[in-house]
Amino acid sequence: MSDDPLVQIRDLNFAYDNRSVLSGINITIPRGKVVAIMGPSGCGKTTTLRLIGGQLRPTSGEVRVGSQVVHELSDSGLYQLRRRMGMLFQFGALFTDMSVYDNVAFQMREHTDLPEELIHDLVLMKLHAVGLRGAHSLMPSELSGGMARRVALARAIALDPMLIMYDEPFAGLDPISLSIVGDLIRTLNDALGASSIVVTHDVQESLKIVDYVYFVSEGQIVAEGTAEEIKHSKAPYVHQFVWGEADGPVPFQYPARPYGEEMMEQPSKPTAWWS
Amino acid sequence: MMPARLLRQLGHRVTDRLWRLGFASRFLLMTILYSGTSLRRFQLTIREIYFTGVLSLIIILVSGLFVGMVLGLQGYDTLQRYGSSEALGILVALSLVRELGPVVAALLFASRAGSAITAEIGLMKATEQLSAMEMMAVNPIARVVAPRFWAGVISMPLLAALFSAMGVLGGYLVGVQLIGVDEGSFWSQMQAAVDFRQDIMNGVIKSCVFGAIVSWIAVFEGYDADPTAEGVSRATTRTVVTSSLAILAADFVLTAFMFRGL
Repeated sequence: MSDDPLVQIRDLNFAYDNRSVLSGINITIPRGKVVAIMGPSGCGKTTTLRLIGGQLRPTSGEVRVGSQVVHELSDSGLYQLRRRMGMLFQFGALFTDMSVYDNVAFQMREHTDLPEELIHDLVLMKLHAVGLRGAHSLMPSELSGGMARRVALARAIALDPMLIMYDEPFAGLDPISLSIVGDLIRTLNDALGASSIVVTHDVQESLKIVDYVYFVSEGQIVAEGTAEEIKHSKAPYVHQFVWGEADGPVPFQYPARPYGEEMMEQPSKPTAWWS
Repeated sequence: MMPARLLRQLGHRVTDRLWRLGFASRFLLMTILYSGTSLRRFQLTIREIYFTGVLSLIIILVSGLFVGMVLGLQGYDTLQRYGSSEALGILVALSLVRELGPVVAALLFASRAGSAITAEIGLMKATEQLSAMEMMAVNPIARVVAPRFWAGVISMPLLAALFSAMGVLGGYLVGVQLIGVDEGSFWSQMQAAVDFRQDIMNGVIKSCVFGAIVSWIAVFEGYDADPTAEGVSRATTRTVVTSSLAILAADFVLTAFMFRGL
C-alpha cells in the first residue's frame, strides 16, 4: 500500500489463555490515511487496537509503529510512544469527575509545561473543531452520547497525535451524530496530517470516509481493499457483511447440537438457583 | 473421593488467597513507588483528603459523641460500685485514645470512605477511564491510586483524634453535666493519668497503620474489580469486610506490642 507505513503488523498471533483471538494478521497503515478494520462483534478488532497501543502483548509476530516494535519497548518508551497516539474509546471514557474543558486539557496539563492561558486557547480550539466550544463548562453526565463522543475526540487530538485510533466511534449514535462524527474523523485526520485506524462494524458510514478496509473474521483477515473495491466486492463474506444479509458464510446460529436431538432432551436445570 | 475433592477445593482456596495477597503486596509496592506525582502535585492528594476525610467528618463526629456518652454512662455505673466515680475522666479518655478512637474511627472510615474509593476506582475501570488514562501515557497508579492511598493514610489519624475528642466531650456531658461527677476531678484526673507518649502516641500509631490498611485494601479492590456492575458491588463488599477484619487483627497485634502489663 505504501513505501512508508506508520503502522505495520506482521504475522500477529494473540491468545487469551489458550483461546486464540488473532492468528496470522498482517495489516499496514500508511501515513496520512484513514484505514478501517471491520468485522462482526468479538472477531478481534478491539484487541488489534490494544496491541497497537501496547496494552496487550502479542503471543507471536510484531506490531511496529514508526520504527519501534511496540511490545519490545520499556514502560517509559511505551509511554513516550503513547504521547503521540490518540484513542477514542467506544463510549468516550471521559473522566466523569472533570468538566468537558478539564477532560480536553488533561493531557496538556500532564505532559506539558504550557501556561494555563495557552492551555485555555488550545482547549477552546480543539472544542471548536468538534463543534462543542459552547459546552466547555458542562460535565460528562450532561452530554448526549454523540456529544460525549465528540468531546472524547477533542481530547484524543489534544496533543496533535500522529496516530488516532477509534474504537467503534459510531456505536449507538443517531443518524445526525453519526454523520458528524464520521466527517470529523476524516477532516481531523487530514487537518492534522495524522493517520487513523477506525475499528467498526458500521459499514455504510465508514465506507464514506476511509481509504482502505481490512475485514476480520474469527481472528483472521478475510478481505481487504479500497472503499470502492469493498463496495463492489463479490466475495461472499464481504457481500454479506456490506449489505447486511442474513444468509451467507457468517452463520446466524451459534454452533449447537442438532435441533431435533436437543428438543427431545429433558430440560436442563436453571444455572442460577433462584431462577 | 469426597475427602480428596474437599482437600483439592481447600488447596485451591488457599493458593488463590495467597496469590491475591502477593498481587496486593506488589500493588502496594507499585503505589508507593509511583507516589512521586501525588506528593509533588500535592493538590491531587488534598482533593482526595476532602472526599475521604472531610466528607467523613459528620459520621465520625456524631459517632464519637455517642460512643463517649455511652462510655460515660457505663463507666459511671461500674466505677461508682467501687466508690471511684471521680475516675470517670480517666476511663473515658484512656478507652478512647488507646482503643475505641483508632478502632471505631477506622471501622467507620472503611465503611464510609473505603467503600467509596473502591466503587469509584472500580467504576473508572468498568467505564474504561483507567484504560483511557493509560493510552494518554498517564500512569493510573500514580494519578488515581496513589493520591487516594495517601489521602487515607493522612486522614485516618486526624479523624481518630477528632473521634476521641468528641468522645471525651460526650463523656463530659453525660458524666459531669447529666450525672453530676465533679468537674475538677473529671479533668484533672484525666490530665494526670493520660500519658502523651504511651497513650496518645500509641493511639496515633494505631490509626496511621489502620489508615494504611484500609486505603491499601480499598484501592486494590477497586483496581482489581471485575469491570461489571456485579464485580464492583462484590469488590465494595470485600473492602468493608476485609478492612474490618484486618483492623481488628492489626489492633490485637499492635496492642500486644504496646502492652506494658507483663
